[in-house]
Amino acid sequence: MSFEEICQVLKSQFGDAIEETAVDSCRPFVVVNGDKWGEVATFLRDDKRMGFDLLRCITAIDLLADDKLGCVYDIAALSAVSATNDMSIERELAVRVLTDRNNPQIQSVAKLWAAADWHEREAFDLMGIDFPGHPNLERILCPDDWVGHPLRKDYAHPLEYQGIPGTTEHELKSPRH
Amino acid sequence: MADTIAPINPADASAPRQADVRTEEMLVNMGPQHPSTHGVLRVVLRTDGEMVLQSVPHIGYLHRCAEKIGENVAPYQYVPYTDRMDYLAGMNNNQAFALAIEKLTGLEVPERAKYIRVMFAELNRIASHLVAVGTYGLDMGAFTPFLYCFREREMLLDLFESACGARLTYSYITIGGVTDDLPDNFVDVCSEFLDYFEPKIDDYNNLLSYNHIFVKRTGNVGVISAEDAIRYGLTGPVLRGSGVKFDLRKAKPYEIYDRFDFDVPVGLPGGTAEIPRGVVVGDCWSRYYVRVKEMIESVKIIRQCLRDLPDADEKEGICNKKCKTVKLPDDEVYMEIENPRGQLGFYVKGDGSAIPARVKARGPSFCNLCVLEYAGKNCLLADIPAIIGSMDVVMGEVDR
Repeated sequence: MSFEEICQVLKSQFGDAIEETAVDSCRPFVVVNGDKWGEVATFLRDDKRMGFDLLRCITAIDLLADDKLGCVYDIAALSAVSATNDMSIERELAVRVLTDRNNPQIQSVAKLWAAADWHEREAFDLMGIDFPGHPNLERILCPDDWVGHPLRKDYAHPLEYQGIPGTTEHELKSPRH
Repeated sequence: MADTIAPINPADASAPRQADVRTEEMLVNMGPQHPSTHGVLRVVLRTDGEMVLQSVPHIGYLHRCAEKIGENVAPYQYVPYTDRMDYLAGMNNNQAFALAIEKLTGLEVPERAKYIRVMFAELNRIASHLVAVGTYGLDMGAFTPFLYCFREREMLLDLFESACGARLTYSYITIGGVTDDLPDNFVDVCSEFLDYFEPKIDDYNNLLSYNHIFVKRTGNVGVISAEDAIRYGLTGPVLRGSGVKFDLRKAKPYEIYDRFDFDVPVGLPGGTAEIPRGVVVGDCWSRYYVRVKEMIESVKIIRQCLRDLPDADEKEGICNKKCKTVKLPDDEVYMEIENPRGQLGFYVKGDGSAIPARVKARGPSFCNLCVLEYAGKNCLLADIPAIIGSMDVVMGEVDR
C-alpha cells in the first residue's frame, strides 16, 4: 500500500482531521489534528488495512516560527509473525501532530504501543510536551529538579546546577551559535 | 502465623512456600556503579527475599544532550559525536548518520566507498558482539571466554587502526564516503583474520554457549514473547531472540546489502539441533546465541565484500567532494540501519542552511532497555544481571 493510498483511507475515515499530506517530502508524512490523534492512532494500529504494529520513533520538534511544538511518529507495519520467513516492512508511515507552544498537549499513545512510554517521557523532558493519558510522565534523561526543556529553541542555558558551573554570562549575551 | 506470610512468588500461587523463612519487601538500589549494569544504569528493585517483584530502570547519568549539539554544528562536524554515542559500534553509528544526510541531500557515494562501508560496518558488528558475548560470560561467572573474545577483538581494532588511525571512535565512515582509502595489504590481512576467526566461534560455543551452568543461568530466564517484543519496539538481537526474523539489512536493504547472501539467525526452541534443552524462544540464552550466530553471518558478508571490492577510481576518489559544503534542504528525513544492538535511526530536519534544525537519534539501546520493567519482574535477584546483560545496552547511547 503506497503512501497516497494510506492517505486516502485516512481521509475517508477522518475527513478534516487529516490536515495535510506532504507527498513531495524526502520522507512523506501526514499532519493529523491534535484533538483527533488518539482516534487516528487507534485506527492506525487496529484497522486491518493499516495494522501499524511497530512504533519506531517519536521525535519532538520545535517550530518556533509558527509558535508550535509537535511530535513526529514513525510507524511501520510488519508482515505476520513467523519464525521461518523473513519479515519485511509492509507499510510505513510518518505522522506529524502539532500543538500550541504555550500549552503543549498531545494525547499519549503509550497504551497502544508500549514503546511510546519512554519516547514520550523523553519528549516531555527535553521539549516540555505534556502527554495526557501517559502512565508515568516524569523526566527521564535530565534530573528531576532540572529547570526548563533543553531542546526548545529558546532554551536559556543555566548558569549553574547544584553548584556545578554551567554557561557564563558572556556566553549568554553573545552566543557562539 | 504461617498464614500471614505471602507466597514467595505472587504471580505463581502454586510455588512452594518456605513458611519457616520470614521475608519482607525491601527496595534495593542496584547501580549506577554496579559491575553488571554495564555502565551507569541504576535499577531500583522491589524485592521479597530472593524474589524481585518489580524493577524500575533510572537512566540519564551520561546525558550530554547530543541532539542539541547536532543543531549547532554542520553535519560533517557532527559525525564524531555519533561514534561517541554507541562507542562499541562507532562505524555503524557513523554510517547511520551519513546515510541520513545523504538521503536528505541526494549526495552520491563512490562505489568503492560503499563496499568499504559495509565491510567495516560488519567488522564492527563482530567487534561489538565479541564484547557482548565476552562480558555476558563475565556476568554469569565465566571469566575465560571474556579473555578469548578480547584477544580476537584486539586484532579487529588493529585492522581499524590500520585504516583510519583510531581504535574506538573512528569517524571513518563520513558523509559522502569514507575518510581514507584502505592500506595496501588490507585485503590480505583481513582475509587472514577471517580465516583465523571463523573456527574460534566453535571455541566460544564449547566454552560458554553449551556450558551447563551457563545454560541453567540463562535458559528460560527473562522470556519475552514475539508479540510483546514488537509492542515494546524492540529491535536487533533482542527482537530476533524472540523468534521474529526481522533484520533491516534484509527487510529494507540500505547501502548495498541487497547484493550479499546471508541469513538472519533467530531464537529457536531448545532440544532441537544445536540448541540445548532448557532453552525457550525469547529467553536470555536465545538473545545471546543470536549474537554468536550473527558473527558467522558477518564473516560471510565481509568475504563477499573482499571478493567484489572494486578498484580505486582516481577521478571519483573515496569521498564525495561536496561533503563539507552541502546545504540541507527545507525538508526532513528518517533513516534507520541495523546496528549491532538493533535499529539505529536518525531523524534530521533541515531548514535551507548548512546546519540542521533538528537532529534526533533513535538509539536501539534506549528502546530495548524499556522492556526491563516488563522482563525483570517475578524473577530471582540473580536473574537481573542475566536479563540486563542479554539486552547488551551501551549507556552512552541510552543517555546520549
